[in-house]
Amino acid sequence: MNEFLQQLLNGLSLGAIYALIALGYTMVYGVLRFINFAHSDVFMIGAFAGFYLSKYVPRETFGGGFAVLIGAMLICAVLGMVIERLAYRPLRSHSKLNVLITAIGVSLLLENTGQKIFGASPKPSPVLFPSTSFTVGGLILSSNQIAVFVVAIVLLIGLRFIVMKTKIGTAMRALSFNPVAASLVGINNDIVISFTFGLGSALAGAGGILYSMNYQAIDPLMGVLPGLKAFVAAVLGGIGNIPGAALGGLVIGVIESFSNGSRWSTWTDAIAFTLLILILLFRPGGLLGKLEVEKV
Amino acid sequence: MKNWRGQFLLAATLSCLLWASGCGKSGGSGGAAADTIKVGEFASLTGKEAAFGQSSHKGTLLAIDQINAAGGVMGKKIELVYEDNQSQPGQSATVVRKLITRDNVVAILGEVASGRSLEAAPICQQYKIPQISPSSTNPKVTEMGDYIFRVCFIDPFQGTVMAKFAEGTLKAKRVAMLSDAASAYSAGLGQYFRERFLADGNELVIEQKYSGGDKDFKAQLTAIKAANPEAIFVPGYYTEAGLIVLQARQLGIKVPLFGGDGWEAPELIQIGGSALEGCFYSTHYSPQDKSEAVQSFVKAFQARNNGETPDAMAALGYDSAMVLADAIKRAGTTDGAKLRDAIAATKDFPGVTGITTLDEHRNATKAAVIITIKDGKFQYVETINP
Amino acid sequence: MLPRAKTLLFGAILASLVAQALSGYINPYFLDVIIGIGINIILAVSLNLINGYTGQFSLGHAGFMAVGAYTSAAVSIFFGPRFLSTLGSGSAAIALLFFLALLSGGIVAALAGLLVGAPSLRLKGDYLAIVTLGFGEIIRVIFRNIPALGGALGLNGIPGYTNLFWVFAFAALTVYTVTAMVNSTYGRGFLAVHDNEVAAEAMGLNPTKYKIVAFLTGAFFAGIAGGLYGHYKLSIDPRGFDFIKSIEIVVMVILGGMGNTTGVILAAVILTVLPEVLRPVAEFRMIIYSLLLIVLMLTRPQGLFTPRKRALAERKTT
Repeated sequence: MNEFLQQLLNGLSLGAIYALIALGYTMVYGVLRFINFAHSDVFMIGAFAGFYLSKYVPRETFGGGFAVLIGAMLICAVLGMVIERLAYRPLRSHSKLNVLITAIGVSLLLENTGQKIFGASPKPSPVLFPSTSFTVGGLILSSNQIAVFVVAIVLLIGLRFIVMKTKIGTAMRALSFNPVAASLVGINNDIVISFTFGLGSALAGAGGILYSMNYQAIDPLMGVLPGLKAFVAAVLGGIGNIPGAALGGLVIGVIESFSNGSRWSTWTDAIAFTLLILILLFRPGGLLGKLEVEKV
Repeated sequence: MKNWRGQFLLAATLSCLLWASGCGKSGGSGGAAADTIKVGEFASLTGKEAAFGQSSHKGTLLAIDQINAAGGVMGKKIELVYEDNQSQPGQSATVVRKLITRDNVVAILGEVASGRSLEAAPICQQYKIPQISPSSTNPKVTEMGDYIFRVCFIDPFQGTVMAKFAEGTLKAKRVAMLSDAASAYSAGLGQYFRERFLADGNELVIEQKYSGGDKDFKAQLTAIKAANPEAIFVPGYYTEAGLIVLQARQLGIKVPLFGGDGWEAPELIQIGGSALEGCFYSTHYSPQDKSEAVQSFVKAFQARNNGETPDAMAALGYDSAMVLADAIKRAGTTDGAKLRDAIAATKDFPGVTGITTLDEHRNATKAAVIITIKDGKFQYVETINP
Repeated sequence: MLPRAKTLLFGAILASLVAQALSGYINPYFLDVIIGIGINIILAVSLNLINGYTGQFSLGHAGFMAVGAYTSAAVSIFFGPRFLSTLGSGSAAIALLFFLALLSGGIVAALAGLLVGAPSLRLKGDYLAIVTLGFGEIIRVIFRNIPALGGALGLNGIPGYTNLFWVFAFAALTVYTVTAMVNSTYGRGFLAVHDNEVAAEAMGLNPTKYKIVAFLTGAFFAGIAGGLYGHYKLSIDPRGFDFIKSIEIVVMVILGGMGNTTGVILAAVILTVLPEVLRPVAEFRMIIYSLLLIVLMLTRPQGLFTPRKRALAERKTT
């Protein structure tokens, strides 16, 4: 039972990170109907931003840790907005598939430039917050894992607040329903889209920092696998649906954890995808999503 | 407004570029033309295993520089022609074909990963160009043909070494194993360890697997912890081993972890930190080795690479080039068959990774070095001879 | 459909035979690249049927390639020796063996295509993309876990039967089949499903059947390409068939202009040659490649070779 609970805990903490990345995918999809392949590499840049920023703050302090977290989120937000402005906006009137290729190009560019500039070998993650371990009734939990939960929940609540209660959040939702109508009622689509990218990228940056705190090595290709899994999580929860992305992330994290701890650990990827396919067969819109009804 | 003709012109131009690049330098005699000897190298300079490829490449470059500075071989300088395979399957075959048939190299150095060495081996064998792998440890590599060599020991030897180490020094009769399912090296080393360990009457209490590139091993380690082993064998690469040891300690696992030469890298301690205290691994060499050969190699490498300390891949990359140069000297020619024979006759060559002799299977019989981590530093424990 | 199409096909096959006879004069590395071009043409054109013409966003094409590669390799390695010992190992026997191996690879891949195409009935757009990607990954993990086929080490010792003739004969066959299918009266259905499924159904077409046929055919040829690939590289590794490979093929289709077979062929050529041409700047190769992708998309989003007014992707009515 102990082992089961420990695996569950591991899975949830891993899933929380996937959820953070998935949120970025789902937000951009909701507003622009396009999958931002470069998202996983913004996540990686967040982790590296943390690595370099940490040299300027006192180690293992709460103040220093938060400063690095905010700093990395800001850097990623700016990066996301720059990418959108330069690579995606010019293609907005064209088919989504072209933007997809551009996104793939940006992703490859970030990864390979990262390998050139940062070097391909993994680097040790900086220790940001004071780190200890807690033993609660036979279960082991590290303070870093708790940090993941706390930050993820705070960001989720903050995101929900922004989307539901602020003007720009309402504008985002309007855009996701109908871009043309939104511009007709006076919404500046460009600004809203920029903001969405910035927000999603900031979340990816936070994910990068949390990930590097829990898995102490960072390298330029670290975003590929988590990005793919987070993308699967976003689709699982219903792409474009924010609570769905969070739920999807947790589900994927837990599945992965139990699968890795079992005899079938070499089949983990296959198991995750099989479950995804089965769920989609019965709920084609994802767990929480709604299929768009095509009107004729 | 661009039209069909415009595109056609573009396509035609590009096709002509292809033709031009293809027709240009093909043909020509063997690599000893002009006044340089061309040696080919293929490595994973970019992509997932770029860290290993870049490391062995730097070692090879240093060796070539030193050889040329001392006058080269047979009165000529060695020209290293190297290509990147992006850590991807399929590319090694293409670049090795290019090196042999277009660049006309006399020998091929490569690769670190057994899988990619295996990909290139049939081509080298077909064209009768000797191939020396710096650090592919899977036995199948040299079985591909008599033109394929390696300057490192092979996994059956390493697996036996670690099995004996586990029972002898660690006094562990119940061991768990955590291996990389996506790596041929890890699977192979794990298999040989298992065979030897079980044959001696010990018990493998649980076996878990992960995939190279994973960062989270808590699931597997939780299952291992529940099985209560006396030690954990991790025959993988340092990129994961460092994290595995760290997470094991976080989960409250107190027994020692040990592994093979894949652990060897300065980054291991950077990643694993104090969790590595009391862990062990086998390797080809140690930069702490006080012998003159190793120390001058380390210093020369650091001077050339911004103070970076060479790891085992770099040292083996260095040795592979040195062994080749030595063989060319002994053969007195770069002719394929004679060069092959000279390489095969390598005996007691003083490499930085140990005295190297190539046996009848074209593998190096060398000692393995056991290293531990104490006080945050690598520390030599013992040498185990074959 | 050009009445001369069949003549063109046979002409192309004959040309491949001639090219094969002359292949001894071509530098082997150069030959390697040309064969790579041929294989990529088959992959891109077959994917174009699914993605471009029928509008089903499939991200798992490398999975079909893997199935074809492993199946045909298994036939060659496990049944080959017995086959050859009964029929003698003359070149006719080898040709027959290879043809059977490739065919079995294609057929098993087609079955996989059926399996993958089935969920497409209920799923649309990005959901379908993720499911096809998932299938591709599942197939890869399955092969990684079969020790008899080499597992993580990969399958080595595949006999090198592939040559110019086989590759370009099959490339010609693929182009012919896809073009003939799409340009026939029946084939207009693919485009109808692409443009607007509901309208197509209202006109009496069965979109499900078209989608399945598209997946079956596309997967079959991808399987053939996989077999050709395996018997050229002499060793195959599960990692070579991951989603990154699928994406490479998708890039060829989009760059060529979805639904534009000529464009796709040219894109396949360019994208195979480009990394080779960039080898002298190996360290920056991937950086330049990715920059080129971005620039190309920004400047010619309709694909390199499609004049704007014929861009198929822009025919979508919503």
